[in-house]
Amino acid sequence: MPHLAAAYNLARWLTRHDQDAEDVVQEACLRAYKFFGNFHGGDSRAWLLTIVRHTCYTWLRQNRAHELTEEFDETLHDVARADVNPETLLLHDAQQQLLRQALEALPVAFREVAIMRDLEGLSYKDIAYITDLPLGTVMSRLARARTRLQQYVAAHLHTEAKRGL
Amino acid sequence: MDCDETQDLLHGYLDDELDVVSSRALTQHLQACPACTQAYEAQRALRTALRTSALYFTPPPSLPKQVRATVRRASRADTRPMRWTRGGLSVAVAMAIVVLLVWSGGLVHRRSPVDEHVLQDVIAGHVRSLMAAHLTDVLSADQHTVKPWFEGHVDFAPPVPDLTTQGFPLVGGRLDYLDNRPVAALVYKRQQHAINLFVWPAPSGPARPESTVTRHGYNLVQWTTAGMTYWTVSTLNAPELEAFAHGVQQHITPPSGQKSSRRDAG
Repeated sequence: MPHLAAAYNLARWLTRHDQDAEDVVQEACLRAYKFFGNFHGGDSRAWLLTIVRHTCYTWLRQNRAHELTEEFDETLHDVARADVNPETLLLHDAQQQLLRQALEALPVAFREVAIMRDLEGLSYKDIAYITDLPLGTVMSRLARARTRLQQYVAAHLHTEAKRGL
Repeated sequence: MDCDETQDLLHGYLDDELDVVSSRALTQHLQACPACTQAYEAQRALRTALRTSALYFTPPPSLPKQVRATVRRASRADTRPMRWTRGGLSVAVAMAIVVLLVWSGGLVHRRSPVDEHVLQDVIAGHVRSLMAAHLTDVLSADQHTVKPWFEGHVDFAPPVPDLTTQGFPLVGGRLDYLDNRPVAALVYKRQQHAINLFVWPAPSGPARPESTVTRHGYNLVQWTTAGMTYWTVSTLNAPELEAFAHGVQQHITPPSGQKSSRRDAG
C-alpha cells in the first residue's frame, strides 16, 4: 500500500507544481486523520485518493479557479487518429516530454481520469468511486482524453516532420 | 458490431473492462476491420508508452517525514486524550493507522502487478500474429530447423520441444516484442487453433508454478522454470492448453548443476 506515492503523483498532476502538490498532500493526510472515522474498510488507496482529489479541487478553486472551468475544446489539433503510427510513438525519443505536455494540456476533469487509469492503474470502478462520477462518464472521459493525447502527439510529430527533424 | 460501436468500446476493451460478450464481439470485429485494428494498435501503443514512461511523479524524500510531523502535531492539539471517533477507534489508533496506510509498503510497488501488463501484451501479441497473417518468420515443423533460427535473432536459446505425438504439431517460430523486449514465439497447432508459446529469460527469482487465466475469450498459461518465463496463449480450451503446457514442461531441461524445478505432469 504505497499510498503516499499515489497521493503525491495525483496531487502533482492536478496542481502541476511540486510545492503545491506537497502542500496538498500534507493537507489531505491531515484530513484523512481527522475523518478517519468515515473510513469503513475497503480499498484504503481509493479512500485516500478521494481525499487527495477533493483537497486538490479545493486548492484549485481557491488559487486557480479558471482551470476548473476550462472546456474541452473539440476542435483543437484535429488530426485523423490513423495518423499515429504505433511504432513512431513507441520509439520516438522525445515521446516522454511530448506525452507530459499532452497530459498537462488536458482539462483537469480529463487529466485526472487518464492519470488514475494509465499511470496509477486504477480500475474504472475505483475511478468512479474517487471522482464520484457514473461509470459511463469515467469511460467517455477516458476515451476523449486518450484520443486527445494521441492527436496532440500526432500533431507535434507532424510539425517536426515538416521541419525535417 | 460496427465501427462506431467499436470506437465506443475500444477503451473498455483495452482496459479489460468489458463483459465477455462485448469483448468477444469486438475481437471478431477487429479481426475483420483493418481501420479499427489500426485505431486499436495506436491506442495500445499510447497506453504502453504511458505505462513505461517515467511520467509518474515520485514524492521528494522529505515528504513522509513532513506528513508524519503534521499528523503528530494535529494529534497533540487534540486536547481530549481519549476522544473516540465514530468508527470506535481512539485518536492514537486512528493516527497510527493513517500513518501506516500512507506509507506502509514503501514507495516502490506503485503500479498494478506487472503480470497483468505482460498478460495484455501476450494476448495482443497473439491477436496481432493472427491478424497480420504474420504467424511465423521461420516456417517449419522440424525443431532442428526452428531452434537454430533463433540464434542470431535473440540473445538466448529457447527450447523448441517436439510435441507432435501429443497432438500439438510445430508450425514454426517468429520473433516478437513483449514486455519491452524481443522474445521468441513458437507456434503450435491443435486442430484449427493456433497456439503461441512466448519464451524469454526470466528475471532472477524462484521458479513459478503454472497459472491459468482467461481473458477476452483467450486462455493463457504462464510459468517460470529454469531461468525462462513461458506464456502460452490460444483460443483452445483450458484443459487442452494445460496439457500442452505440461508437454512443454516435460521437454525443458534445466541447466546442469541446478536442481530441477519443473513440474512433472505424470
